[in-house]
Amino acid sequence: MEAIVKKRIKQVLKGDQDAYAEVVEIYGEKVFHICYRMLGNRHEAEDIAQEAFLRAYVNIHSFNINLKFSSWLYRIATNLCIDRIRKKKPDYYLDAEVAGTDGLTMYSQIASDTSLPEEDVESLELQETIQREISKLPEKYRTVIVLKYIEELSLNEISKILDLPLGTVKTRIHRGREALRNQLRHV
Amino acid sequence: MKCPAEIIIYMHEYLDEEISAKNEQELRTHLQSCKECQTHFHELRKTIALVQSTSHINVPSDFTAKVMAKLPKEKRKVGFQRWVRHHPLLTAASLFIMLMAGSLFSSWEQDHEFSVSKQPNLIVQNDTVIVPKGEVIKGDVTVKNGKIQIEGQVEGNVTVINGEKYLASAGQVTGEIKEVNAIFDWLWYHIKKTATEVVNIFDHEEPEAAK
Repeated sequence: MEAIVKKRIKQVLKGDQDAYAEVVEIYGEKVFHICYRMLGNRHEAEDIAQEAFLRAYVNIHSFNINLKFSSWLYRIATNLCIDRIRKKKPDYYLDAEVAGTDGLTMYSQIASDTSLPEEDVESLELQETIQREISKLPEKYRTVIVLKYIEELSLNEISKILDLPLGTVKTRIHRGREALRNQLRHV
Repeated sequence: MKCPAEIIIYMHEYLDEEISAKNEQELRTHLQSCKECQTHFHELRKTIALVQSTSHINVPSDFTAKVMAKLPKEKRKVGFQRWVRHHPLLTAASLFIMLMAGSLFSSWEQDHEFSVSKQPNLIVQNDTVIVPKGEVIKGDVTVKNGKIQIEGQVEGNVTVINGEKYLASAGQVTGEIKEVNAIFDWLWYHIKKTATEVVNIFDHEEPEAAK
């Protein structure tokens, strides 16, 4: 797969724009999926996924052909998603440390019984609930959870995509899991 | 019951499949005895299962087409610039040829005046050059934008550019007779002349270099 992609990229580098169509065809679904889980909205996801492919095309000259193309592409996509999320930033974060405590975050302050109003709305599909809960995660946890559990990437690859030390990725996955557990335990 | 803090860490190590055999044993032993941690662990696994259960959503069918439509058009200019960057030698060569051709064309433009190589016994009447009967012209004769009428003898080549030649039955040319009319013939003539000159330069230089 990577071999085909690299061949196509070399063609694109030579100015053959049509060769890029196959690259989009191969990764379109994955990139769209990441964006959808990150943003929780089909329309926005499509928008950002397209933008990611556009950016990749424009900057294809800066791609190191010896590296994995998918990692590079996912990185562009996740960065764009994070930018988009930040633009509609809420003014508080659940994972902000509570003043005067050591490592305690807002998550520990949420009473578990009151955190799931969606239980009332039984008509809502479970899928939507899960997606909404993922969307509630702060972006740094959301990214790793999406890459790990939806794209099923290895911790090493996630560390490369996000350009973060492996230890940081692990910590974020642990915290992300705990946060989601709090949100989803009563589903 | 207060559980050891590392139990939660072990749970995550377990979920990342990075737990050591010793820690896994410790985790298992603890989970068997602690209801609270059991629930916690169960909830974590359930969370993961829920997240992974999210159904696959299909990408819009026209996604690729939309992306391709958005790509910047491969501009001629960009392609040209890239080509120039990648082929500096060819660029230099083609630039040289372009300038050369330019100067040739401009000299074609300027060359519309009548001219003839100067030999003492040539007769010029208006735009006709006459090689008189019985005369012997030594050397090459070149006529530009005029006619030549050969009644005598020319010991050399005759070249007529943009004109006509009449060779009388008594006339004689020892060398070649060339007529150049169309611009491409003219160009070819120029190129051959330049090449001959270049060869001549080398021919002259070689003996000197041999010294």
